[in-house]
Amino acid sequence: MTSYRPSDYEMTREERELEQAPKRTKFGVQGWLRWMWRQLTSMRTALILLLLLAVASVPGSVYPQRSADPNGVRLQFDENPELAEVLDSLQLFDVYTSVWFSAIYILLFISLIGCVVPRTQVHWRAMISRPVKTPPNLKRMSAFETQPGGQEELQEAAKILKKQGYRVDLREDSVSAEKGYLKETGNLIFHYALIAVLIAVGVGGGNSYIGQRVLVEGDMFVNNLASYDSFSPGTFYDENSLYPFSMRLDDFQVTYDLRNPANVGTPIDFKASVTVFDENGESQDEVKVNQPLELPGTGIYLMGNGFAPIITVRDGDGRIAFSGPVVFLPQDGNMTSLGVIKAPDANPSQIGLISFFYPTAEQLPSGAYTSIYPDAFEPLLTMNAYVGDLGLDDGVPRNVYALDVTDLTEVAGRDADNPGLELRPGESAEIPGGYGSVSFDGLTRYAAFDIAHNPGGFWILLSSMIALAGLIASLLIPRRRVWVKAVADEKIEIAALARGDDPRLEDVVSDLGKKLAGGKIGD
Amino acid sequence: MEINLNEQLSQYSLLIVYASMALLAVSFLLSTLHMAQTASAKTESESEQAEGDVLVKTKTESKLMSTASLWVMGAATLLLGIAVTMRGIAAQRVPWANMYEFAISSALVILMIYLMSLYLKEVHFIAPLVSGFSLISLGAATSLFYVEVSTMMPALQSYWLVLHVIVAVLATSFFYIGAALHITYLIRKASWSQGDSNAFQRIFSHFPSAETLDRFAYRFIIIGFVMWSFTLIAGAIWAERAWNRFWGWDTKEVWTFIIWVLYAGYLHAKATRGWTGTRAAYLGLVGFAAVLFNFTIVNLFFEGLHVYSGL
Repeated sequence: MTSYRPSDYEMTREERELEQAPKRTKFGVQGWLRWMWRQLTSMRTALILLLLLAVASVPGSVYPQRSADPNGVRLQFDENPELAEVLDSLQLFDVYTSVWFSAIYILLFISLIGCVVPRTQVHWRAMISRPVKTPPNLKRMSAFETQPGGQEELQEAAKILKKQGYRVDLREDSVSAEKGYLKETGNLIFHYALIAVLIAVGVGGGNSYIGQRVLVEGDMFVNNLASYDSFSPGTFYDENSLYPFSMRLDDFQVTYDLRNPANVGTPIDFKASVTVFDENGESQDEVKVNQPLELPGTGIYLMGNGFAPIITVRDGDGRIAFSGPVVFLPQDGNMTSLGVIKAPDANPSQIGLISFFYPTAEQLPSGAYTSIYPDAFEPLLTMNAYVGDLGLDDGVPRNVYALDVTDLTEVAGRDADNPGLELRPGESAEIPGGYGSVSFDGLTRYAAFDIAHNPGGFWILLSSMIALAGLIASLLIPRRRVWVKAVADEKIEIAALARGDDPRLEDVVSDLGKKLAGGKIGD
Repeated sequence: MEINLNEQLSQYSLLIVYASMALLAVSFLLSTLHMAQTASAKTESESEQAEGDVLVKTKTESKLMSTASLWVMGAATLLLGIAVTMRGIAAQRVPWANMYEFAISSALVILMIYLMSLYLKEVHFIAPLVSGFSLISLGAATSLFYVEVSTMMPALQSYWLVLHVIVAVLATSFFYIGAALHITYLIRKASWSQGDSNAFQRIFSHFPSAETLDRFAYRFIIIGFVMWSFTLIAGAIWAERAWNRFWGWDTKEVWTFIIWVLYAGYLHAKATRGWTGTRAAYLGLVGFAAVLFNFTIVNLFFEGLHVYSGL
């Protein structure tokens, strides 16, 4: 039976007996199970599973993933629904939670445990027992020297090796020494720490939550479920344990580069000034990219920003049908932004507006507008106006950032008899047909925040630092055995054997040789 | 936050990069010439064994050539070091925030690590692979990836940029030297490079034994692996600060993970009977291919959060 244990693997007694036992032709159920277990925990299986894991990770970088890029997935379904169906049935949009990916890493971790636990026993036994008996033929070791000497040198060698940190066993006519146990200790710690990382990721993820909320300057956020635009808790997260606090976005500031001609308009800083109200009272703070606001059990992260023009819609009767800041979604680097306004309570008909905002507007020869700078120097709103049924009354949830125009009539815009509306701050315009009017009353900014809690973070970090320390020990500490043996003709043999890679093995032997010879001269 | 970019200085920096490339080309030529001479040296030793001094002369000339190639490489490294520093001063930040800067910094670190390891190990024979690869990296950087100094987007403004990226650069460099040694190892071990019948075989007969090459490669890769693990952890800490999750399977994160797993596979292969030697070496090379893929294809053609190529 071929063993795929590492070449330096020390077998337990049971394993040795098993390997040496004559081949049995008939396997019982137990025999089969044992055989499968040994296959699974073999080094070769671990290697193959590692390679499989690498290969299985690749599709996740090729296809958009629901977890990282849900819009990309939607796009795939829009563009090629049949192919997307097939890809989805193979879980290619959820690679890292898919059955096949999970199967590989679960098998890998079982194999890891099956390999590491017996090795721990072996290592423990090695640490508490005496160094191995001196082998009869030292000439076969990878480093070997012979020089004059006798019992006296053996004593001396034992002393020197002890001082160098070896565990030394002085026997009748030889010295057996070993050092570098920390190599295997590090190796085992590394693998155990990996298991700890996996557990911390699982448990931490189950107890975590992440929510999104968009705040216009002046808006107040109260930390309860109803305040979130979207909220995704982990499996075990208790939604009653949200940390009680409120936060007001006082001011959102963007700093643009105005100094360096090649970079004019590049944002160099986003800063959200906030006021936090919690059990400790009221406090001023700020949230920036790379600099989240940390409250007990909650982190607040700045994820996005944009313009929120203040818009008022009056209906045909002159009553206010809508009024307030509208969140516009940025479409390009110069902050050309798209917004949608819905006024379902307007008379005589519901009103819908699709609007573009240009912070620094410039008219193209074609008559269309474009923004030439991301800050608001020459703000302009253009709007297409629709009347009819907004489709809000049948109870189906609608996207606030999109307008379904199927049951609407365009009364102003490119496809209508009247041109689209154009508004600068302070201006207002009639919606053609006596449906009402729109005014552009002011300009504010908004910020998009992620509010998240991940209790696993600390444990993941701790386990991975321990793993790193273990890895360094296991890769860089040499493990070696050194023997000194008195032989006939007043000679001693010095030999050393490394387990794994050891760049200094020959130096160790010749250094020891020189020290022993030098000691003699000194006497 | 006032940043004054110095475009003139970055132009001078680019000029010095070109000068450094010229020197690297010279170094490459000298080291390949040295190899050619080692091939002919043996021929002469066979045909004119009596004329011992001729042999000695060729050997000295050849040694001179090898030494010269390394000195020229040293000069190229010095110039590149100046160029990279100037680029950093021009941009008023660490010079590794976009693809161009990552490429020139990596080339510099590869050269530095190689020159330093010459003191510790007999690795002068891979000099052409080191100067050649640095030359290609710099060529690609200046012609394909070049961008003028620019202000850094807020997402990159973090001290983690300093740590996370420089360790990635270091790891990449150790992985490259490991890969160069593995290529040499595979050629040295191949049956067609054994013997004494053609110039190619004679060149390789001057190289260290296959086992030595394999061992050297392993040592460079383990250091690279430790550093790659660190980069992975540092990246996760940064991602947790910036994007509120330490791991989100973003394309760049996926490939960092794949590379880590491949090299982990390599290390296991080294301890698995039947997988040591050539198989492990091929696995190491696959690992480095993934590193290159991650830097080029993933940066340029894959979508994700790590869109920092500046192109």
